[in-house]
Amino acid sequence: MKELKLMKGNEAIAHAAIRCGVDGYFGYPITPQSEIMETLMEEQPWLDTGMVVLQAESETASINMVYGGAGCGKKVMTSSSSPGVSLMQEGLSYMAGAELPCVVVNVVRGGPGLGTIQPAQSDYFQSVKGGGHGDYKLITLAPASVQEMADFVDLAFELSFKYRNPAMILSDGVIGQMMEKVELQPFKPRMTEEEIVAKYGDWATTGRTSNRKRNVITSVSLDSEYMEEHNHKLQAKYKACEEDEVRYEEIMCEDADYILVAYGSSARICQKAVEIAREQGIKAGLLRPITLFPFPTKQLQKLAQSAKAMLSVEMSAGQMVEDVKLSVNGAIPVEHYGRIGGIIPSPGEVVDALKSNFIQG
Amino acid sequence: MKEEIIIAGFGGQGVLSMGKILAYSGVMQDMEVSWMPSYGPEMRGGTANVTVILSDDRISSPILHEYDTAIILNQQSLNKFEKEIKPGGILLYDGNGIQNHPTRKDIRIYRIDAAAEAAKMQSAKTFNMIVLGAYLKVQPIVKMENVLKGLKSSLPERHHHLIPLNEKAINRGEEIVYEVK
Repeated sequence: MKELKLMKGNEAIAHAAIRCGVDGYFGYPITPQSEIMETLMEEQPWLDTGMVVLQAESETASINMVYGGAGCGKKVMTSSSSPGVSLMQEGLSYMAGAELPCVVVNVVRGGPGLGTIQPAQSDYFQSVKGGGHGDYKLITLAPASVQEMADFVDLAFELSFKYRNPAMILSDGVIGQMMEKVELQPFKPRMTEEEIVAKYGDWATTGRTSNRKRNVITSVSLDSEYMEEHNHKLQAKYKACEEDEVRYEEIMCEDADYILVAYGSSARICQKAVEIAREQGIKAGLLRPITLFPFPTKQLQKLAQSAKAMLSVEMSAGQMVEDVKLSVNGAIPVEHYGRIGGIIPSPGEVVDALKSNFIQG
Repeated sequence: MKEEIIIAGFGGQGVLSMGKILAYSGVMQDMEVSWMPSYGPEMRGGTANVTVILSDDRISSPILHEYDTAIILNQQSLNKFEKEIKPGGILLYDGNGIQNHPTRKDIRIYRIDAAAEAAKMQSAKTFNMIVLGAYLKVQPIVKMENVLKGLKSSLPERHHHLIPLNEKAINRGEEIVYEVK
């Protein structure tokens, strides 16, 4: 049965993890996402579903525990905020190389360095361009509401197992800390090893060697020819992802002269900016990428045929704007507006930026 | 129907929990709600504020630059938010410690001496519920039965015995709030 609750985005992540049958969570506390582990500890899912919840000694340890759990074919996850996620990049690169599924939640705060605890979206590049070393991508989902924080846990696991690649839920302090109504999904039992093999294939190190070839989980090979082939395989997966997994939402784009492009909390602010602009007679619309990788390139190209200009609105110095520009490829002007260092732009500021860039003079 | 509210004051005054109870009351009334705190390294004595939106329709931005109502509990917050109230909007403030009173003529201004009243009720913790009562008097956006339901959902069970005291405080706030002309 579905239940309607009022909760923070971070709490919704924790409840969703328990309900979608996650086997293990390994994390280390950091603002603004500490409620994820706090809620898991409060709920004590190990008593009901058997889910492991463990506070590791560091983020580096967390991601390596996730690596181990994933290698055994388990649904495992971690969460952190920007500086902690930087510490996890080595593990993520290894997991992408070893083709392992996992979910990492990044509730982004302002950087660089230890930065601030206030919200930001300055980890876009880190999430969608790899982050760690080597040619790999993270499937990146950007929730814009508490409901999506809950829904995307299950979705991220689905995608990450389907493509055997780590998935990132890229949130920020606004979505993590705000409370909204949320409808939680019914409980799904944790999958047995047999179910995982039946659904996703027999690749995990489950310890059964008598009736099949040994499964080896590794990201290293000193044979360059094998490695090139392996890299082509990874690239083919990312291409398939770009074909089949693009998700986005359009708000009032049909007749729009000006398209705001924004994800996560910025998309919420831009939705209000669109309302204000329309009241002032400016035909604005919003394209909200839900998947940041794969990016809604084709949809932006389509919109560039009818719109006059696009404004990428991010709480960064201008990161996603590069992907918007690559998508539009010079067809129409593309500009960036953003606040940085933990400052959240207001809807009014976005409307002013739209006007000053494209309308007045 | 949509009401965009900022509640601002010192940490420890119950700003965030008042917002939470209001948000829960909205949920009980089948409204869309959002509760967005100015979270930070705040502690007792620092500043705290929360934006609460109650709406019949899907809520766009949880972050705002102008408000229908500002509930103001200290001087710094008054200085900051008086100018961000929409023309025709409501300013409700606690007079305690206010040196420079609000001056705008294009909004409705109400005063609640909740700190003084909480002292009279010999329970400093009823302060925010007195303010909530005052707010519900001047802007009855949620029904009292839903506020009580909201209180129940937002308080942990071990505090449920305090609900009658909170209800009394809400009623008292409704009685003593007055418009400043």
